[in-house]
Amino acid sequence: MSEATIERGLNAFREQMNAPIASFFSSCVNCGMCAEACLFYTETGDPKYTPINKLEPFRRVWEQEYTLWGKLKSLLGMSKPVTDELLEEWEPLVYDACTLCGRCSMVCPVGNDISYMIRRAREGFVAAGYAPEGIKGASRRAITIGSPMGVKYPALAAQIKHIEADTGLTIPVDVEGVDYMALLSSMEIMNFPEYMEALARIFKQAGVTWTISSEAFEATNSGIQIGSSDIARELVNRVVVAADKLKVKYVISPECGHAYTAIRWEGPNLIGRPYNFKVVHILELLDELRASGRLKTEGMEDDRLTFHDPCQIVRKGGVLEPPRNLLNMVASNFVDMQDPREMNWCCGGGGGVSANERAEELRIKVFKRKKSQLDDLNVDTLVTACANCRLIIEEGLEEYRMEIPVVGLTEMIAEHLVDEKSE
Amino acid sequence: MDFLLWVRGPGFDIALVVFLIGILIRLLEVLILGRKPDYSEPRGAELGAGLRTVLTRTLPEQGSFKRSPFTVVGGYVWHIGFFITLFLFVPHIELINATIGLSWPGIASNLIDAVAAVTIVALLAMLFNRLSHPVKQFLSGPEDYLTWLVTFLPMLTGYLAYHRMIDPYPLVLGLHILSVELLMVVFPFTKLMHAFTFIIARWYNGAMAGRRGVQS
Repeated sequence: MSEATIERGLNAFREQMNAPIASFFSSCVNCGMCAEACLFYTETGDPKYTPINKLEPFRRVWEQEYTLWGKLKSLLGMSKPVTDELLEEWEPLVYDACTLCGRCSMVCPVGNDISYMIRRAREGFVAAGYAPEGIKGASRRAITIGSPMGVKYPALAAQIKHIEADTGLTIPVDVEGVDYMALLSSMEIMNFPEYMEALARIFKQAGVTWTISSEAFEATNSGIQIGSSDIARELVNRVVVAADKLKVKYVISPECGHAYTAIRWEGPNLIGRPYNFKVVHILELLDELRASGRLKTEGMEDDRLTFHDPCQIVRKGGVLEPPRNLLNMVASNFVDMQDPREMNWCCGGGGGVSANERAEELRIKVFKRKKSQLDDLNVDTLVTACANCRLIIEEGLEEYRMEIPVVGLTEMIAEHLVDEKSE
Repeated sequence: MDFLLWVRGPGFDIALVVFLIGILIRLLEVLILGRKPDYSEPRGAELGAGLRTVLTRTLPEQGSFKRSPFTVVGGYVWHIGFFITLFLFVPHIELINATIGLSWPGIASNLIDAVAAVTIVALLAMLFNRLSHPVKQFLSGPEDYLTWLVTFLPMLTGYLAYHRMIDPYPLVLGLHILSVELLMVVFPFTKLMHAFTFIIARWYNGAMAGRRGVQS
């Protein structure tokens, strides 16, 4: 990152300005309904957390530089400038109190896509030097080490060796010409290696040819979270280079929400061209295998269980049906939370909030939303499909002394594969 | 009466020119910015999803309705009431007919009277709500109150004129027309523009979500 200044910040805001943003700012009538869609408002009652308010610095740039009336007001000295102090004051609203979950964008009566605006506004904040230390550090590690948690390939190689020794399965690395290249999140490598094992089992049974790249295994993208296209581009590019080198047809985005947004939706725009490969989310792939009869399971979970829809995979990613199709394959007592699917409430840790230590107290507070959704259901197990959601939910449940095991959907499917002795 | 002649003549012309050119400029200011091409492989088509959202956002999402019933109901009542009095009051239709040659049937004036009364009450209630609701009060600035005022005044003066509550009649009629001109002049420079830009905003919202396979 080059030196951050307010001028660079203002320039970044200008670079992000486009017709959608201008139409959104032009349309807001301060009705306040977005507040009621945001867990940071509903769980604190503090009006400063109203989603549209988080955009005040960006709005000023729009008004003062992109509207005739605003330009006139500026000439007459009637407008409030965007200063370092303003960005400093707003930084916690933009980074600690927004998970980019996009729920507000679903309810705005004039149609404002507020989370889209916040994602873009962060570009200005980070260019001006106003981003939380936690996410800055994660971004630095991602660029220099290759992973936001500082996981290097030897650590992954050790986990792979471990799994191979334990299970007798093979986890292919750097194999050229296979169909799929799987990405992982650091959290999956370090905290939930079961995911890798699940992939190996499922792909073996379904006859899927796949590999992991030793050069680009990390799926997470801190650049997307901090709002720096430069960092995000660099990280996406590593995956693109590795996938092209291994000549794969598909890249599999793991059970991680923002990784999917990064590689599936933002990636091609960051590098400025379409990919030579397709990106599939692991749940999409599993659902395809299910539909074509290549994924065979046996036995059913009879626990009462529910599914937490990760925002970036479901509401912002469009992977709507696969999770439920897969759950219905292995669970006989599945119940949806109130406000499921594209209206689900965020766990509170998305959009870089989980990497931001400063936000922890607030994050625990707003977890009450998920808690009350779960209290209503009285379930035995919570299933999800994002390593970050999973960790955040586990922490939240512990904080509120709720004993509900949290399981990754891919692992749950793997446990029910036909021919497994564990059943 | 000179005042009435002015507001009906040059005053109205000035307001109309500012209104139309202002709106044109504002819409161009938005659209001219465009957006970059999206290279991600679409899961769904943008056009249809965008158009659908333009329509569906007219109804509130269920949970939002439960959490903001007053905003939703109040919003419907005064918007609908405002448009009924504006476009279905016979003298208004005659004015439009004389100006642009378009005409349609109106509704009985005593019914318009009742609708206007409800609209005025709803607008007052919305103002009270804006001043007292923690979120709205927090968000609101001078522009929010200005736009409320210029929307309210035509309703109020129209009501007063219809009931001849101010003497002489040409004065109150002149005030009514002047208040409409004020609304027209203020319109392009404020968030009243949402009356046009909401279509663009909803379309982009729906299109961008639709591309990802979600109907927003």
